[in-house]
Amino acid sequence: MILDSYTAANRRRYSLADSLHIDAPLIIALLLTAALGLVILYSASNQNEDIIIRQLTRLAVAFGVMVLVAQISPRQLRFWTPWLFAIGLVLLIAVLAFGEGKGAQRWLDFGLVRFQPSEIIKITLPMILAWYLADAALPPKPSRVIICIILIILPTLLIAKQPDLGTSLVIASSGIFVMLLSGIRWRFVFSAMFAAIAAAPLLWYFMHDYQRQRVLTFLNPEQDLLGSGWHIVQSKIAIGSGGVYGKGWLNGTQSHLEFLPERSTDFIFAVYGEEFGLMGILVLLTLYLFIIARSLYISTQAQDTFGRLVGGSIAITFFFNIFVNIGMVTGLLPVVGLPLPLISYGGTSMVTLMIAFGILMSVHTHRKLLSQ
Amino acid sequence: MLRKLQIKDHGSETRLFKRRAIVAIVVIIMMMLGIVSRLIYLQIYNHQHFSTLSQKNRLKIVPLPPTRGLIYDRNGVILAKNIPSFSLELIPEQVKDLDNTLERLSQLISISDSDRQHFKRLVKQKRRFQSIPLRYRLTEEEVARFSVDRHLYKGVNIQARLIRYYPFGKTGVHTIGYVGRIDARELQRIDPANYSATTHIGKLGIERSYEDDLHGQVGYQQEEVNAQNRTLRIIDSTPPVAGRDLYLNIDIKLQNYADKILGDYRGSIVAMDPRNGELLALISKPNYDPNQFVTGIGVKSYAALRDSPDKPLFNRSILGQYPPGSTVKPFIGLAGLDADLADSSLFCPGWFELEGDERRYRDWKKQGHGDTDLDKAIVQSCDVYFYELAKKLRITQMHKFMSLFGFGQKTGIDIIGELPGLFPSREWKREKRGQAWFPGETVITGIGQGFTLTTPLQLASATATLSMNGLHFRPTIVQSKQGDEDAEPIPVQPTRYKSVLLKSPQNWQTIKKSMLRVLHSPRGTARSSGKDAPYKIAGKTGTAQVFGIAQDAEYNEEEIDLRLRDHSLFIAFAPFDKPTIAIAVIAENGGSGGHVAAPIARKVLDAHLLGKGL
Repeated sequence: MILDSYTAANRRRYSLADSLHIDAPLIIALLLTAALGLVILYSASNQNEDIIIRQLTRLAVAFGVMVLVAQISPRQLRFWTPWLFAIGLVLLIAVLAFGEGKGAQRWLDFGLVRFQPSEIIKITLPMILAWYLADAALPPKPSRVIICIILIILPTLLIAKQPDLGTSLVIASSGIFVMLLSGIRWRFVFSAMFAAIAAAPLLWYFMHDYQRQRVLTFLNPEQDLLGSGWHIVQSKIAIGSGGVYGKGWLNGTQSHLEFLPERSTDFIFAVYGEEFGLMGILVLLTLYLFIIARSLYISTQAQDTFGRLVGGSIAITFFFNIFVNIGMVTGLLPVVGLPLPLISYGGTSMVTLMIAFGILMSVHTHRKLLSQ
Repeated sequence: MLRKLQIKDHGSETRLFKRRAIVAIVVIIMMMLGIVSRLIYLQIYNHQHFSTLSQKNRLKIVPLPPTRGLIYDRNGVILAKNIPSFSLELIPEQVKDLDNTLERLSQLISISDSDRQHFKRLVKQKRRFQSIPLRYRLTEEEVARFSVDRHLYKGVNIQARLIRYYPFGKTGVHTIGYVGRIDARELQRIDPANYSATTHIGKLGIERSYEDDLHGQVGYQQEEVNAQNRTLRIIDSTPPVAGRDLYLNIDIKLQNYADKILGDYRGSIVAMDPRNGELLALISKPNYDPNQFVTGIGVKSYAALRDSPDKPLFNRSILGQYPPGSTVKPFIGLAGLDADLADSSLFCPGWFELEGDERRYRDWKKQGHGDTDLDKAIVQSCDVYFYELAKKLRITQMHKFMSLFGFGQKTGIDIIGELPGLFPSREWKREKRGQAWFPGETVITGIGQGFTLTTPLQLASATATLSMNGLHFRPTIVQSKQGDEDAEPIPVQPTRYKSVLLKSPQNWQTIKKSMLRVLHSPRGTARSSGKDAPYKIAGKTGTAQVFGIAQDAEYNEEEIDLRLRDHSLFIAFAPFDKPTIAIAVIAENGGSGGHVAAPIARKVLDAHLLGKGL
């Protein structure tokens, strides 16, 4: 309701936000979350100003890219979608052939920039699915569903082979979310879920040793206290010892005395939970929920199927990232290396995320121009 | 295009999407609630648990070892001290290739095979993250050499710690004892908290018997540590309380001298102050260097000590049980006087016979002593007189009387492990041997042979009691313990046992005068040792048989194997009128008491009373 009245009020004025093709409530929530992230990162990095400056630069770049993307109309985006997806696939194959990275091949080095082609797929997979599904009436016919499944499986397998289980999971999910939003029959959804559960042992067979270890560790973290179980145990201690109000900013002993591993990146949520407690976490979750709800609302307001599906998928994938990360840090899910959106220290995924929000804004803001 | 538009129903598609979006937001909110309930579980329901774990993570309690109490002799000379020592220690967890590291280290610092074995044994026993010593007592040069290359050896450290050092080495090892690494059996006995920082424990002698005083109280330091276990700051600390210093009755100068005088004999010297039971010297030889035990003795060196036929590890002064031989005669004589059985004289033909028994009990003097009274029997050590006296006293009375002097009982000395010796009785024989007592056994008991066994300490203590006319003190090594803080030392009060009471007290003097004439009369068995003494000595020689000779065989010293020769014994006290020292000397296989043990005793008495030779 609030969301509705806000846009209604906004529609009458031709504001700065409209001229920049950005959605003011969304960008404010994003900026607030990112600012909160900087506060946490300052503590998690042991008050390392270099890291803060670097993260600030990334945020600036990412928000800049978001605004740029927002200027591109959905029609143009839709036009370029097949090409972008094709480039992403080619690069994924290239990364398997020439890529680099510790333990797993994820990176492509172009001299100036090093990046992970899987990031392109993160955005273009929902787009290509939406592009394909928008061609025909919804809900899609079974034959189209099968084409979609192939489109999802292809990049997922390529990324899983790098191996990057976390990202392939996110990418597969983002594709599945498009399918779900497209109105695919629940009957079909449930039978697919059943099939997936049945196929779990097969997945186990294809896993790398370290991935199997992660699953085993998740099932019984205490068993391997000095190895990968350490992460989960220490992060649970950090969050649990934070209590309702937390130990206070910069006062987290778990993080400052280095008991907590990966505390600026994947496990930054534990630092937050330790220092700000349950209250702090509720504030963060509220911000996230607002962003998700606003994004879903924007999607429902989209004028065409492509915009609706891409926008909805972006919203749900954003939540999926949050859920997997927090689930992992609180010991609900196995350790998969996924950052906490907008908070974790790191570059590439931040830019990708903001591109996604840029697309959302483009979907939202170009709608009015079209209708005029 | 037209067909598509007909099929595509924008309205229904929008509604379909909206429905799906609502499902999505509902599921998302439910999952968020799932996260929140997980957080409530962690942060509220289990908050206490995780807070404790977080504190445990952060805080490390480091026990601080107390400094072991020092040991001084009666004149304040230090006998056991703590000296700083550098040891090379390895933390196995942090060392990548243990064998390779040992190999490289051995090029910098000499590491013997026994060091290696000792280290490997400890590696198996200890936990992976504990620091394990490889070499003790590094020289300064070795410390410097290692320090230069230190960065090449991760997990290898030089530790400075205090180790026990006995400046007098061998002398007094059996009395002072030594400390060694705590072993598995001791671990069961000690208080694990108080010993949490302690590596060594008293193994023998005073170090063992006074462990509780010497050890002290462990201290603690609460440290904040990071995940690498590196200490960031000290939050709280309780300093350890050092162990109490001990002041012994032992006079180390006398001890050293007596040790030297006993020479190469296997045997023992015990000297005590009869007025209070203070032990002035306690020698057992051969002895060994206690310092090698502090840092861990090698298997070979230990085996050599253990298997030596001379038994250096054996503390003869309290564990050596010897037949006392003629040294019991003054006591048996006293028993005779007290029973009014020793006032007549007899004729000694050189042998003694019991009625109805053909066996002849020989006197050491083949031709006999002729007419002999008690005085002559003591001065010249006539056996026949005591055969007769024993027969008259009978075993029960002898046993009762000798027990008053502590024969056959522990003296109660303040070091652990003493043996009681043995003075036989009918009951003892029936119980232990399941046999009746034979009259012949009474006869030989009268000259300190047969079943009778005494320790050197018992002999010295009995002599002291006799010299004090029956005043009987417990022999003690420790004189005083350091008090709390700066308080005066706490003296160990002399313990008096029940005095020996005679029916007529002048009998003390009678026996003591006979003992005086052992040294200061022309026929005394130790006359050469009493010659020219500026003070008067009372004593008694003893020659104890180790080897039974057949009825008619001759005892020929030269023909008998060295280890089957008689033990040479001597007991004495001096000065005669106001005794300040009582002494017992045993030289194993030394032969005649008058020739070997008595001169040794004289020298020790001279040293103590005149300061001669110290």
